Order: sequence, then C-alpha cells, then structure tokens
Amino acid sequence: MAYKTIIEDDIDVLIAGAGLGGTGAAFEARYWGKDKKIVIAEKANIDRSGAVAQGLYAINCYMGTRWGENNPEDHVRYARMDLMGMVREDLAFDMARHVDSAVHQFEEWGLPIMRDTKTGTYLREGRWQIMIHGESYKPIVAEAAKKSADKVFNRICVTHMLMDDAKENRVAGAVGFNVRTGNYHVFKAKTVIVGAGGASNIFKPRSVGEGAGRVWYAPWSSGSAYGLMIDAGAKMTQMENRIVLARFKDGYGPVGAYFLHLKTYTQNCNGEEYESKWFPALTEMVGKEYLDTENQHLSHKPIPTCLRNHAFINEVNAGRGPIHMVTMEAFQDPHLEEIGWHNFLGMTIGQAVLWASTDVDPKYENPELTTSEPYVMGSHATGCGAWCSGPEDVSPDEYFWGYNRMTTVEGMFGAGDAVGGTPHAFSSGSFTEGRLAAKAACKYIDDGKAEGIRVSDQQIADLKAKIYKPMETYTVYRNEIVAGDVNPNYINPRQGLDRLQKLMDEYCAGFGVNYMTNDKLLKIGLKKMGVFGEDLENIAAQDIHELLRAWELKHRFLTSEAVFQHTLFRKETRWPGYYYRGDAMKLDDENWHVLTVSHRDRNTGEYTMMKAPCYHLVSDGEE
Amino acid sequence: MPTFVYMTRCDGCGQCVDICPSDIMHIDKTLRRAYNIEPNMCWECYSCVKACPHNAIDVRGYADFAPLGHSVRVNRDEEKGTIAWRIKFRNGKKDFDLLAPITTKPWGTAIPQLANESAPSQEMRDSHLLFNEPKYIQLDKDGKDSLHTLKSNGLTLKAGVYY
Ligand SMILES: Cc1cc2nc3c(=O)[nH]c(=O)nc-3n(C[C@H](O)[C@H](O)[C@H](O)COP(=O)(O)OP(=O)(O)OC[C@H]3O[C@@H](n4cnc5c(N)ncnc54)[C@H](O)[C@@H]3O)c2cc1C
Ligand code: SF4
Ligand code: SF4
Repeated sequence: MAYKTIIEDDIDVLIAGAGLGGTGAAFEARYWGKDKKIVIAEKANIDRSGAVAQGLYAINCYMGTRWGENNPEDHVRYARMDLMGMVREDLAFDMARHVDSAVHQFEEWGLPIMRDTKTGTYLREGRWQIMIHGESYKPIVAEAAKKSADKVFNRICVTHMLMDDAKENRVAGAVGFNVRTGNYHVFKAKTVIVGAGGASNIFKPRSVGEGAGRVWYAPWSSGSAYGLMIDAGAKMTQMENRIVLARFKDGYGPVGAYFLHLKTYTQNCNGEEYESKWFPALTEMVGKEYLDTENQHLSHKPIPTCLRNHAFINEVNAGRGPIHMVTMEAFQDPHLEEIGWHNFLGMTIGQAVLWASTDVDPKYENPELTTSEPYVMGSHATGCGAWCSGPEDVSPDEYFWGYNRMTTVEGMFGAGDAVGGTPHAFSSGSFTEGRLAAKAACKYIDDGKAEGIRVSDQQIADLKAKIYKPMETYTVYRNEIVAGDVNPNYINPRQGLDRLQKLMDEYCAGFGVNYMTNDKLLKIGLKKMGVFGEDLENIAAQDIHELLRAWELKHRFLTSEAVFQHTLFRKETRWPGYYYRGDAMKLDDENWHVLTVSHRDRNTGEYTMMKAPCYHLVSDGEE
Repeated sequence: MPTFVYMTRCDGCGQCVDICPSDIMHIDKTLRRAYNIEPNMCWECYSCVKACPHNAIDVRGYADFAPLGHSVRVNRDEEKGTIAWRIKFRNGKKDFDLLAPITTKPWGTAIPQLANESAPSQEMRDSHLLFNEPKYIQLDKDGKDSLHTLKSNGLTLKAGVYY
C-alpha cells in the first residue's frame, strides 16, 4: 500500500469540515487574516456537503431586531425554556446578537428570502423562523468560503488532530486521507476550526434494510466533530442531551412549517387532542417551573419539544396510535398546499417520494407521524458538543479562557454542532459561530499563542500507520477464508455499525426500549462498549471507501462512549421525551441544575465527569 | 430514496461521483458508468440527480416502505436561477409541477472578495464586531447600528436556578 504522504505546511487557519459552520469560518477568516493561509479539509464536496446538502426551506434562527421583532435575550430565554434550563447562555446570547448580520448577507448573496408583502419584513414561519427558497443555500455559502480560502481540499476524511510536541494540550493541525486517491494528507496548522457536524446513525434507526439511509440527520453526519475533539482530549458538555424528533413517519419530513405556518395540528387515532391529558402528571415529574399548562398561555412560553414528545410517546403506548398530522384543513387552500409540498422538496425530498409512492394526498388524508431514533448534535433543539470559551464581554469566569469558541485544547476551535450548550443555532447560527471562531482564531495567532509549534516525524508516521491499519488487517486475514464477510479475525464497518446501533438502542435509551435506561443498563452497556472498542482495533476495510466508513464508525464510537458516560452521570430525568432514567424519573433541580462536562484522557481513555455551574441571563432588577 | 442510473443515458462523466456527500456514486470499472454502491447510505438528497447533465439518475423509493410506480423528477437550472419539480403518484391521480427560485442574483456574482476589503482597524479588532458589523445587524434601522451587550440590554448572568 504505497499511499503518498502529502504535506500542506504553514497553514494559519485550518477548517476541518465545511458545512454551515465551516463555510462561515472560512469566509470570515479572510477579513481578519488578510495575509493568513486559510485551508479547508472536507470529506465530501463543499458545494453539497453536510446537513444542508439538499437545501432548506427555512432559516430557523433570525432575531429581526431590524424590525423590532426580538432581542437576543428573548431567544436565549426561549432556548433555555425548550432545553429545560440547560444552555450555555453566554454562547447563545453571543450567537443571537450576531446572527442577523449573517442572514442579511445571505440575502445580498442571492439567497431568496420570502417577504411579507404587507409589511415588507421577512416572512415569518414562527417567532424565530423565516421562510426561504433555499435549494441552493449550501452552494451559495460554499461560494463565499471558496472566495476566502487559499485552498479547498475536497474528499479528505479528517481522522485525527495533530498535536504539538513542544507544548502539552496545544493543537498543531490535522491529518486524514483522500477518499479518491487514498493518499495521506498532513495539514500543519496554527489553529483548527472543527466544523465536522453532528451524529446520525449511532442509535438503531427505525428504518431497516435499504431504507436505513433515511435517517433524520444526514447519514454522513458521522459524529466526526465529537470524535476528533474527544480524541484530542477536549472537554465535552451535555452529551447526554440527545434529541428525538416527532416527524412524518418513514420519510422524516419536517413539521416546523406545518405546525407554525400551515397551522396543522396533531391528534390520536380517534381524532382526539391528546397532549393536554398527559401534562398534569408531567408537571409532577418536571415541576411547575418547566411546565405550567394553566398559565402557559399567559406567559407565552412554548411547551418544550421534549415534553411534547413525551405526550406523543405515552399516547401511542396507551394504544391510541398512530398520531396523525391534521393536514386536511390547511391543504384545502391551494397556496398552503403548495407550501406544504415545497417544504419537502426544499429539504427532505424523500418525504415527497414517499407520499407519491403511497398515494398519500394530505388534502384528503391526514398523514401519520412517528418519534425518531435519537440523534446527537448541537444546533437543533439540543446542545451536545465541546466545552468552549465564550466572549470576554459576556462570559463569567468559568466560561471564559481567552478566545471565543475555543475548546479546552489550545488553538482548537468549534462551530455549529461541534460547540456544546448552544441549541437552536440552526443553519444561520452555525454559520455565525464559524465567523466568531474565525475571528478568535486569527486573534490567537496574532497574540503569538501559536509560536514554537513542533510536530515530530514520528507523530506523522504513527498516525499514518493508524489510519491505514484497517486495510492492512483486511490484506492479512482476507485469504484465510474462501469468500464472504464472515471472518474470525475482523469485522467490517457495516457489521461494526450494526453492533454500535444495537448497543446504543438497548442500553442507552433508543426507540426500541421506549427511550428508557437506568444505572444498571448503562453500566452493562459501557462494559460492552469497552469490548467493542477492542474489536474496533480489528476492523477491516477492503478499499478506500470502506476505510472512510471505518473512520466514520470510529468517530461514532467515541461520540457514543461520551453519550454513555454523560447519561450515566446525570442521575435524573431532565428531558422526558428525549430519554428517561428509570431509576431517577424526576427532574432534580436541587442536584442537577448544572451542565455536565466530561474529559477523556488521551492516553488512558479514562473518563472524568464534572459539574459546571449553569448561568442564566437575568434582567437588571428582576429576580 | 436510493438512486439508480439508466444504462443508456449515462456516459460516465463522473459529475455525480464528484458531488455525492455520501461517497456512494461510483463508476463501475467494466461498464464505465455510474451506480449507487451503497443504497442504505443514500439520503435521497438528489444532489447527484440535480448534477447529472444527462438526466441519467433517478430515484426509486426505498424498497422497505415505498411501493413501486411513483416518480419525483427535477431540473435545476443555474442560468435561469430556478428549480423545477414534477411529482407523479403511484395511482396516477396526482401529477403536478412545482417551480421555485434558487437565487436572486446571477450565479456567483454577488459574493464579496474579502481579501479586497479594507483591513479592519485595531479598534475593530479589539471589539466584538464581525465583518460588516455593526451596520449589517440592523441595516441602519432607526440609526440603531450597534452590537447588543449585556449592559445595553440591562442584563446580568447569574449562577443558579432562574426561569
Ligand atoms: C432534515 C433537516 C432539516 C433542517 N432544517 C433546518 C431549517 O429549516 N432551518 C435551519 O436553519 N436549520 C435546519 N437544519 C439544521 C442545520 O442543517 C444545521 O444546524 C447545520 O447544518 C449545522 O451546521 P454544522 O456546520 O455544524 O454541520 P454540517 O452543516 O452538517 O457540516 C458538517 C461538515 O463536516 C464535514 N465532515 C464531517 N466529517 C468530516 C471529517 N471526518 N473530515 C472532514 N469533513 C467532515 C461534512 O461533510 C460537512 O460538510 C436542519 C437539518 C436537517 C438535517
Ligand atoms: S453524472 Fe450522470 S452521466 Fe455523469 S456519470 Fe453520473 S449518472 Fe453518468
Ligand atoms: S441522492 Fe444524495 S446520497 Fe443518494 S446517491 Fe445521490 S447524492 Fe448520494
């Protein structure tokens, strides 16, 4: 296996993964670093990579301060409410105060944003969402990134960070391999902005066989942001806070526009409203502070996403499934009907294919909904990710160590799903976080923090050997058997993924066990994960494509291990409807109104768990 | 829904291979045409379908839950700045077209080259502003061109339980 080693040297800002966060970072870095060398390493093609590959029909995070619609702190309060209190409010406030400037630029670049014909303001889908014709959202932001970057390396799967051999806990670049040529790529860089996205496919999906690709978050969301950062020794936060989505059955078509704009609603199989009957017991579980249905309409607090899931799950378990989305009223209006279809074609085409194939016309039939398998990500209604510094003028001491969006590894920054504690950033907020990280990374370099980085040839050689080991394993053991995939010496990436998904589902609260787990199950699961980790050392790849799948699996494994550790640590049920700790079925503010933080030792793999204080924005004079 | 490629239309140009985010459109070495090597990792994102210059790629809903006999076709046109869809139901009762804009500007012309912008001042560097800010936050609305801060919005961050 004579793969070439290709070294790209003297990079100032390396962007590992250029989805919405990464393109924002590349674009902005050029402004603060006129003469800096900015390089993108992306595993696909940035024109259509990441969660926005098929486009979006809405930008879900836009304040509208320009029109006096909302202030940043309003959005923070909303995110706090939705996440049952667990938000890094410094980061959320910082994102929200900048996000509109990103959206205004998108419009200038040609992204079609719909307008309210009466007021001239952006057409609102809901309080925070604006409607767009976003089929080309990704190609447009990719264009911006290409204009700023010195070089874009498409089809590079980044596998590891390079670490400084001169100074402990400082990043020195990244390495990976080219998915087409197989060549080994070394990027020596002063800073790295990780934008490699969230994690799908770590829990067993509801879809089987050929349909297994029909997951809610993209199947290529391989948890690489987490895998890369955990492996580099970065602290992580809120990794237990996986998300479960209530979506159209099988196609996982989005429901946001349906609820907010088309004003459709849900009912059980008997045509009854079902949510409210589950709320009194739920209020007992989580407390009046989080669910106060009597006064909810007065306070204008929306009911948290997880709690609505809880009602859905319980109604189905009570034997009154399926839950339907009542579309038959809205779809009588031809304009709304068209929006309903456009919404899918703009971001989940498969749902349109499904309805066409099953002859479901929502004008005459109310489609079924389902609750999905869990996902681990940090920009939707959940906030998994790295423990990052906030901005100096906002963050309290515990949240600040010099550079905005820098992880606890010096010189390694995050954006989008990579950053923990910042739910509800969505596409626009992820792009904004990339911009913030880029400015901070340039400052870090200008402040001389990246001086004297040294990378030994040994480190480069060791990582190379590690990367290609799955191909080595295949070559060595393949001919021991006649044919096929059953080999006593190795497993292939698909077999490994199946094992991971089964483990996560059964022990870490997947859909197969009604999102339920407990201390005992988690401990057994972790033990099995340990053994699985050993088997992953014997994973085999027969070609470069399988090598890509092997490394995606390793990143998913590291992500999952963190999810296990965090879920075990938080001894309460904070988000009923996302998951349940059967041995601690209540929300427990006395002990757990804190953010969870983990650290995995790079050398031993040992986990240390910590609690970090949860700060909230309070208006002056308010208690 | 997983893609497939019509034998007679594909000329092996590789556009689909180049764009697929999942790395599953590959060229068959003997036939020299493209095919989906891993349908269960296909998100039916249509990136390859839109990119194929010969309309050689189509989608057949996942065998697990989508019956045969439907069609969702697309034509994306960067020059016109539009995307056109045609959806046909299995039972033939519904067959309709939908059209949407994909951009409001001639493709790729409206994005600034930041290397040509004047360099930020030291004051700007020391501030919390990003490129084009504060102007772009509120776009000159009522002269309120400034960045929100805790102070400007009368806020403090407190540790503990607040709702
Ligand atoms: C179905 C769906 C609907 C959504 N709806 C909306 C909506 O209506 N409005 C809205 O605003 N947001 C929406 N979102 C959310 C939005 O897409 C995400 O918040 C956003 O894309 C997150 O940005 P990111 O940069 O963190 O990740 P991504 O955009 O996913 O980018 C990650 C990038 O990293 C690359 N990468 C991954 N691993 C590696 C590796 N090992 N090496 C190199 N590169 C790698 C990927 O290829 C990709 O380019 C939706 C998402 C989905 C899936
Ligand atoms: S883009 Fe179309 S013509 Fe070109 S290789 Fe792919 S399927 Fe064949
Ligand atoms: S539809 Fe998307 S995921 Fe499927 S083959 Fe085409 S580009 Fe790849």
